[in-house]
This record gives sequence, structure tokens and C-alpha cells, in this order.
Amino acid sequence: MTKFVRRAQETPPELSWAAAKAALDSAGMTLDDIDCVIHGTAPDAFDGVHYNGEYLAGGSGAWGKPYTRCYVGGGTGVFAPIHAWMHLASGKFKTALVVCEEKMSSCQPHPQGAFLTIFDHTTERALGPNLLWIFALEQQRYMAKHGIKNEEIALASVKNKRNALDHPSAQLGAELTVEEVLASEVMAHPVHRLMVSPTSDGAAACVMAVEDVAKAVTDKPAWIEGVGWALDTAFWTNRDLYYPRYVEKAAWMAYKMAGIEKPAEEIDFAEPYDPFAYKELHHLEGLQLAPKGQAPKLLAEGHFNRDGKLPSVPSGGLLGVGNPIAAAGMMKICELFWQVRGEAGKRQVKGGNPRRGVAQAWGDLMQVGTVIVVGAS
Amino acid sequence: MSENVAIIGVGSTAVRAVTPEVSYRELTFEAAQRAYADADISHTEIQSAVCCEEDFFEGISIADEYTPDQLGVVLRSVETVTGDGLHGLAVAAMQIQTGIFDVVVVEAHSKASNILNFDHVIEYALDPIWNRPLGFHPEFVAGLEMNRFLKESGASVEDCDRVVAKNRTNALANPIAAYPARITAEDVAQSPDTFSPMRKMHQARRADGAVVLVLASEERARKASRPIWITGTGWANDTPTLESRPWGSDAATRAAAKMAFGEAGISDPDKEIDFFEVDDLYAYRELLTLASLGVKDGAGKINTSGGSIGMGHTLDTIGLYRVAMCVEALRNGSAGTALAHAWRGVPTTSAAVAILSNNHG
Amino acid sequence: MKPNFGTPLSSADIESGKVFSVSYEPRLEYAWDTGPAIGRYLQELKNGRLVGRKCHKCDRTFIPPRHFCELCFRPADEWVVLENTGTVNTFSICYVTWDMKKLTYPQIPAVIEVDGASEGYGILHLIADVDPNEVKVGMKVQAVWKPAEEREGSITDLKHWSPLK
Repeated sequence: MTKFVRRAQETPPELSWAAAKAALDSAGMTLDDIDCVIHGTAPDAFDGVHYNGEYLAGGSGAWGKPYTRCYVGGGTGVFAPIHAWMHLASGKFKTALVVCEEKMSSCQPHPQGAFLTIFDHTTERALGPNLLWIFALEQQRYMAKHGIKNEEIALASVKNKRNALDHPSAQLGAELTVEEVLASEVMAHPVHRLMVSPTSDGAAACVMAVEDVAKAVTDKPAWIEGVGWALDTAFWTNRDLYYPRYVEKAAWMAYKMAGIEKPAEEIDFAEPYDPFAYKELHHLEGLQLAPKGQAPKLLAEGHFNRDGKLPSVPSGGLLGVGNPIAAAGMMKICELFWQVRGEAGKRQVKGGNPRRGVAQAWGDLMQVGTVIVVGAS
Repeated sequence: MSENVAIIGVGSTAVRAVTPEVSYRELTFEAAQRAYADADISHTEIQSAVCCEEDFFEGISIADEYTPDQLGVVLRSVETVTGDGLHGLAVAAMQIQTGIFDVVVVEAHSKASNILNFDHVIEYALDPIWNRPLGFHPEFVAGLEMNRFLKESGASVEDCDRVVAKNRTNALANPIAAYPARITAEDVAQSPDTFSPMRKMHQARRADGAVVLVLASEERARKASRPIWITGTGWANDTPTLESRPWGSDAATRAAAKMAFGEAGISDPDKEIDFFEVDDLYAYRELLTLASLGVKDGAGKINTSGGSIGMGHTLDTIGLYRVAMCVEALRNGSAGTALAHAWRGVPTTSAAVAILSNNHG
Repeated sequence: MKPNFGTPLSSADIESGKVFSVSYEPRLEYAWDTGPAIGRYLQELKNGRLVGRKCHKCDRTFIPPRHFCELCFRPADEWVVLENTGTVNTFSICYVTWDMKKLTYPQIPAVIEVDGASEGYGILHLIADVDPNEVKVGMKVQAVWKPAEEREGSITDLKHWSPLK
């Protein structure tokens, strides 16, 4: 991982290279050991480059190698390793380098400009929608359906920004109170500024390998036990936004592959996608780690704290570490890797011995769920 | 390959210069309906979809949002690959080989007619720091490559004229081609220089169209009436910067072909492959591709569909049209083993190859 | 793990010329074909009415209208003229523009479930002519149209929604 910063000096290919090199070093490998390369980044408007995957290929070590860039919007960071998993599980390759990069700051005057064109060009864009709208609409629906208060949601910001104080890559770690979060400016009711992840530049990467290679390289590989992904209809105004059914679908796909029947009992910690405070809670429910509408209550009880029964976002997440979109999803995969190996330092959960964790990302028009279950050796 | 994968359904729309009567949704819906009918499957049987597209071609940020509906795969596993449709085909085949899916579709479409300033889109693919400030039209890259290729290979501009005449004439027999014409190499030679030594008529003209393919595992494919087996796939990227290019050769195609030939057990493409649908976005590219594939004698076997010069440049749908043409030839008995190839156009260096056959193993 | 790179820059670094920069004004222009369903939708907006499409197989009436039913995967069957009224499914009160400038008057984006469409089927639109604090999920609203001569076949021909009187 690189540091996540508001504006990085490095170019997108340079950020990609920095993360790719760190991942190779971590595995004790060089590019010669890599059979194929996968890149994750989205959308192109940040870098302002068409054929962006090709632009980033050099920094990602793809020169002369089988290479594809995959994307599912904000879900890309967790999807890229799923895409790599296909390359390995198909029997076609033995090793894969997965690089996720996002440099949002190049998009001026504000990175949110890249999101103006995510809306339907004929039926929605004329209304002037921006990204805050859809998050606010979804949070409002979630709160209205279950009678949830904004204080309960603000607590997710407090927890994650605090957790991020222990993450060396973090952009926005902070010690805050619920009152301070709610006292921050209202951007789009019910969303306050401190309930929103920052825009960031950064990259993260990992090396994946088939079993025999993995065992030869390290005595404690972090195993991919299950993967799942699902995409819901683009007609988002025809769905009830209170519940992410696409996350549930993706989660069960991954759990089934991992042989998990009771996720809330069999999973030790989670890294759900948290670009906004409510999203962590929303996603914990979609991941079957809290009953519908109950995640806020469990959060208040400390259930999701690092020392709780099911630590959630021990990394500090997008709210605290930062949100270079695809790289933020990959950061969660990195966290799973460090946690199950007992290498997460001050962020470590379960006394250094968690059996397995789940990471999830989300994206598009509140539409994509991508899920990976990672287990300890 | 660890498990055999087949194409059991092909659906495509006719390629046309403009398609004002439909949006990308109805265009893709038509291709999907044709593909599912061809495969004799219900859309409910599809477990996953791989779509190939680029944001700036669609005019949509995060364009993958708008993929599931017109394929009938709402709430199923859908991913987008920013590559040619052939990259998508390779990814879909891998998904099946993991054992988690039996039926996966691949989709790509082109609404090139809706892009008002295509040249600027392509300009945005040039490196923003090193290349764009020079202010060249982005297709000069093809002119540079052509010039160096002609010098190294000994091929002539007239050889490229003949490629155009052949492909436009071949398209006359292809009912879904957008640009058939009864022209000669001499006619092509009259066309003005654009990126010299390139002539205007050497460049494939853009067009709209959509293709959907249905892929299935061996077990599922056995129940299909006309499976065509994917015996090898390969893809690769060459150098990402203009400054480090070899120019006169196509290392990406060579690497992709090596991988696909290895899988399919092909050592002599001239002898073992009898049908080629390859990139011809620029006329010289057909010659360069054949050289990179190691094909020496291609008479009567290359782009009999008309290729992109005869059918139309359908953005990232090119490779899937190539596959569709191969499948047709394999099914009607005019070929036993076919090769589909795609290259993504300037300034990229990514290429993909698929080997298709009536038999496997 | 010690992260490397991700070297932070400030605006001053660029403004002072400490770091060089290049900039481009994107010139990406499109004219999207609407297709039959959205084409008719826009035409009817110009006529001052909302229309949906119905699929006889699943019995859904959907808006925005589509040429085909994405669930049954077959052409949709008929056009349905919908009501001028609806229900607030969810809403927000937005105080900033996309580039984070403060708005003088907040906007109230909402998903409005349109009466006559299947339950829960709405469109993205705006609510106005109301005290923002009065807006509630479940509130009944009515469409407020631009005068006929100002309508041009756009979603903005429907000016906004306001509380049902």
C-alpha cells in the first residue's frame, strides 16, 4: 500500500508501481514470478485518461504479460482479487499480481465531477444530481424503514476514524465524539461532513498464488475461502434502498463456497465497505452479520469494536484510512491478510488469531456487492 | 485447458453506420435475445455475465452500472472488463473453468455513432504528460507503426490497398456488414493520405452493433445442439508507452498467440487453422497481425467476412464479431479450426486471440 | 508494513510552481439515441404527462419505461398513462453543489413513487414549494409542470413535485 493522501505527487502509474513493488517484496517475489496481472480502477474520469487500464499497465508490471483491467464501480477493489482468483482457480495461471489504484485529485475542480455522469444521461442528468444525493437518499430510506437515529449512525464515523489512528497509511484518523460528528456541516441531510469518506489518492496491491506456490513462498498464506459478486438492476429508483439485497446475494455465494452456514458465528471480523457512516451498518446487515435494522444497536453495544465480538473495520476503513475508490477496497483485502497472519499490530483483533474475516465493497448506482472470505492457515 | 468450454449460442445485430431507432439497451437486448434463442436457453439459466466497455466510449462514468438489464441478468454475477470482447471471452471461459458456473454470457456493444468527437476520446488515451501536449492527432500512432512495419517487412502501400479491396469485396457476401463495396486496389490507391503512408480508405470506419455469446461448461454444452469449442485463449499487453515501442512488430499479438497456440496444441497455424478473423482496423494491421501470428499462406482464409474494414469498426465489439464469424464458418462446415484475433486500436498495445474448433481434446 | 510513496502535495506546491502540472478541458461530447421507450417517455413529458410500461407476464408497470421487461426478458406489452401524484419514497435536503459550494437555497432531491406504477416504482426528481423540514418519507406529492410552451421533451419539463393539496 501507498499512503492515502488528499493529493499525491506521484502519477497514477507511479502509485500503481509503488503498491505493486510493495506487494512483490512482501511475497519475496519479482515480476519474473508473476504469470498474469490484474488492475482495478474506476471511473476513468479521475485520471482523465481513455483506455485507462492500458495507461496503468506499465506501473502495474503488465508489460508483456496477460493483463486485464476489471471494474464494477466502487466494488472494484474487492472485485479485482476475485477476478484474479478466476485466473488461478481456472487452472490457467499459478500466480497473479493484483493492483488497484485511484488518483482522484487530478479531476478538477473537485473529484466529485467524475460522478456527475454516472446518472442516466437521458432521464436523470438534466436534474443535476450529484453523488451525495444518492447516499443521502439511501441513508434516509434505511433510517425511515427501521426508525434509526442519526446519532446511532454517527458512531460508525467515531469508531472508524479512531481505528484509523493506528493505520500507517491513514489520511484521516481522528479522535472524535458523536456530538462532533453531528455538529459538522450538513452536506445533504441526513449526511454530515464527518460521515463522509474523503477523496484520496493511493494504491494497494497483493500477490495471489495457487496452493503449491503459496506454500512454497510462505508458511502462513492467507487463503481465499470464498468469493461472491452480484449486480442489481440499473433502475435504482425501482428498488427499496433500505436493504442491499445484492450484498446478501454476493455474501451467500462467498459463504457457500467457504462452507459457512452461520456467518455471524463463523466469521471473526469484517471489513465492510464504509464510504459513508451508514454504509458500514447497511453492509453488515447485507453480509448477514447483523439482523436487518439491528446493526446500529449492536454498534452501540460495542459488538463491532476491535475488542468486540465481531470487530468491524479494524483498519479504520474508508472513513479513516481514506477512499481512493478501488485502492480502498484493496486496502480491506490487505487488512484481512495482515489480520489473519497476526501482523496487524495495534489494529490486531482476536488476540492475533482470527480464523477468518470477510471483506466487502459496493458501488455503481447502489447496485454492486463484492465479497471475499479470507481464512488463516 | 483444465475443463473444456464451448460457445453454445451467438447473437448479433447487423452492423450499421448509425442506429437511431434504438439505444444501447435495445441494441444489446436484440443481440441477447438472438443469442439465447440460438443456445435454446432461458435467461434464467445464465449465472454470470462479462461485459466489455470503456466509460469514454459510452459517455457514462462507471458504465458497468447499465449492463445487467438488457442481458436479463439482474442480481446475478456481472463484471466489466475494459478490453476487447475477446478479453471478455477469455475471462468468461476462466469463470466456467473454476467450476462455479456452467453458463456465462459475454457482451459488447458499440454506439460509436453517438460519440460526437471520437478523435478527442482517442486523444485522451495518449499519455497526458508526455504525449498529449505535442498536439498530434492521435491516429498518427498508426501512421508511425505502419511506416516502420512496411520498412521492416518489405510490404508496400499497394499491398495495403489490396487488403482494403479484398475486405470490402468480401463484405458483399456478408448480410450484416456495414461497408461492402465493389472496389479495386486501384480505387483505394486514389484515396487521400491521412497519416502517411496511410490512406483514408485504409482506416476501418466506425459503426454500431452488439454481440452476445453464450458459453457453457462441457457438461452443459453436450446438451446444446451446435457447440463450438474454445480450445485456446491468449491475451497480452506490450509496452504501455509510445517511447518504448518496437513499432515494426506486434509483440502483444505474438505473446497472445503463443499462449493460445500452446493451449490448443497448435504448432503450425498455416496447416492447422483454416479460417482467420483478425484485426484490420487499419489495412496494414491485417498484414502485421498475420506476420505476428506466424501465418505465411493466408490466401482465401483471412477475413472472409470483410473484417472491420468491410463490416465496420465496432469499438470493443470487434473481437466478438470476429468470433461470431468464426462460429458461423465452423457450423456451416467451411472450417474445422478457426482463429479470432483483436487488437484494441491506437494507442493501445493489447491483443487477444481465441482458437475455436468443432472438436476438442 | 511501512507505506512508501503517496507523497502529499498542497495547492500551494502547484500554485508556487514547485511542482509542474498540465491541465485539459475534457472535450467529450455525445448524442445518445433514446430508443423507443425513453423516446416516448420524453415525448409524453412534453405533453405534460408521465407514462410507464407494463409487462403482462409479471404484471409490473414500470417507470422509467423500458422497451423490454428486464426480469421476464421479453418485450413489454403496453403503455400506461400514470397519475400526476405520488409518494415520497425517500428524500434528502442538499446544501452543497457537487464541487462543495454552499447553496443559497437547499435542493430537495427525492425518489417519488408514481401513482399508477407498481408499488415502490419511482423516479429521481426534486421537491419544491415546501418548507424542507416538512418533507417526510411517505408524504403524498403532486407533479408541477412547466407551462406547455416551455416544455422541450426533458425530465425537467416536470418542474418539481410539491405537497398534494
